[in-house]
Amino acid sequence: MIFSIQRFNPEKDTSPYFQDYEFEIPKSATLLDCMNLIKWTQDGTLTHRMSCRSAICGSCAVKVNGHTLLACKTQASKVIKDGKVKIEPMGNMEIIKDLVVDFGQFWEKIERIKPWLVPDESEKPEKERYQSIDDFRKIDAGSTCIMCASCYSDCCSLDVDKGFLGPTSLAKAQRFIHDSRDRERLSRTGEISDKGGIWDCTHCGECSERCPTEAKPLERITSLRRTAIALGITNNIGARHVKAFVDSIAHSGRLNENILPIRSMGLFNISGLMSLIPIGIRMMMRRKNPPIIHKPIDEAEDVRRIFRKLRKG
Amino acid sequence: MRYALFTGCVAKGAARELYSSTIKMAESLDISLDEMTSAACCGAGVISEENEVLSDSVNARTFAIAEDKGLDIMNICGTCHGVMKKAEHSLKKDNNLMDEVNKVLKSGGYRYRGRVKIKHLLNILVEDYGLDKIKEKVTKSLRGLKIAPFYGCYIIRPSELSDLNDPDNPTAIEDLITALGGEPVDYEGKLKCCGFPYVMMNKEGALTMAGKHLSQAKEKGADCVVTPCPLCHLNLDPYQPEIDKIIGKRLKLPILHLPQLVGLALGIKPKVLGLKKHIIRAKIFR
Repeated sequence: MIFSIQRFNPEKDTSPYFQDYEFEIPKSATLLDCMNLIKWTQDGTLTHRMSCRSAICGSCAVKVNGHTLLACKTQASKVIKDGKVKIEPMGNMEIIKDLVVDFGQFWEKIERIKPWLVPDESEKPEKERYQSIDDFRKIDAGSTCIMCASCYSDCCSLDVDKGFLGPTSLAKAQRFIHDSRDRERLSRTGEISDKGGIWDCTHCGECSERCPTEAKPLERITSLRRTAIALGITNNIGARHVKAFVDSIAHSGRLNENILPIRSMGLFNISGLMSLIPIGIRMMMRRKNPPIIHKPIDEAEDVRRIFRKLRKG
Repeated sequence: MRYALFTGCVAKGAARELYSSTIKMAESLDISLDEMTSAACCGAGVISEENEVLSDSVNARTFAIAEDKGLDIMNICGTCHGVMKKAEHSLKKDNNLMDEVNKVLKSGGYRYRGRVKIKHLLNILVEDYGLDKIKEKVTKSLRGLKIAPFYGCYIIRPSELSDLNDPDNPTAIEDLITALGGEPVDYEGKLKCCGFPYVMMNKEGALTMAGKHLSQAKEKGADCVVTPCPLCHLNLDPYQPEIDKIIGKRLKLPILHLPQLVGLALGIKPKVLGLKKHIIRAKIFR
């Protein structure tokens, strides 16, 4: 089998390159086993991170055939395609050497969401603050994150916008925002509703796909969006977009694509509204604009009834 | 072959050529379609950002409409398809949710039994109809054309709900392109996000994303892109002049809907397939 591994030593190399190692995979070996054996028997200069070998520490995440995963949790034979596997360092982070990347910005973004509980100090309890099982379940999934950064590595939004907090931080934020013992739900939700927060996720699902635990960041981000709307933190394009979208379906059973962008931008957001003009004109010129007269679906009244029954507020 | 057609909002709005080309393609392939005109919007993953049960209820109602017709659902929008698969999964794994939703549907005379199959046109063509049979129907081979597939997130993620065999390395669109006589173009961006879901919130991010993928496709020699999701089309086609400005070069890359590409190979005229409605007109098909 050929292990094609990306190499880069900033002291010697001008740019990363691939080096092929021929290696027979021992029976039942994980990808990490193979990487270790290559390092120990073929090339001691090959550098990668590892520690627990049990998918708990989150150290050994690498890109394999273009998608990030934990090397210790992956059977090597499963990722071999046509006798070959391509291993690269994680994305969205600078390379330090070979497969080792710089987690600096990643940790800085985790710190930014204040990853600690802020309890009500006036309570001064004599024992630990207990949680009901139902309350714990709200934060259980988010708590399983092992900070491996697999989600961060494959995040499409981060790829084009380094200002985005990223899936790991937002999943971690959910764990505190939905914690029954935390007293900063409102201010925390406000902060992650700003630029670079929950509404700057493009919803591609890569994060949950790569997550090796139950943390599944996209699900956490979606639940934070629900919380933000429920708490009335709606003075932003993302939340307005949701409200306008749901209102439209509640009205006619079908999306009114003419009204949606205008309501999403906000009626007082002049520059935002102006930005819609070029594409609007472009589409009208090709008669690609949605019909001016918005027709409801058949049986729209039944859909209205469902919305009235289930929509709160 | 007969299916309950779910058009989705975009095929009746900003991408009406998707609807018309689907009808023409289906006629040509003898696929009979029964349009669900009383089905509501799938919610596009947005309704669930306000209220999950509401989103599941609206979709369960659509499933019930198809079940009453005794037909499986044909989606022509990747996003609608992904959202429906998610709703189906939530409803089938949670009996309490299923009961709650059916209580809501009851007043309208509907009941979702969990029987209907939800399919995307892509899978219907590749699996139900079959590539061999499509090959027989090709009258105007796409030979000489390099075509870049753009899958769209909702067709491939989450992988456990995807209909594709290997959602991290899918070949369905490539296989279809080959069956139509064309040459599929392989590029990294084909499985990435088009950026459309947040183009309102972060236009520069969304268009940079789109530009990156389209540039890769162009560099690999693509003559056009084909997508099974009209939301991807909306970011990649109408915004392309703005994408050009962001990446600093003119792409001029036509973005075809899946049934348009199939329709061309079946000998249907480009104008009939609505190719003139695109912002980036597909001159190669004149």
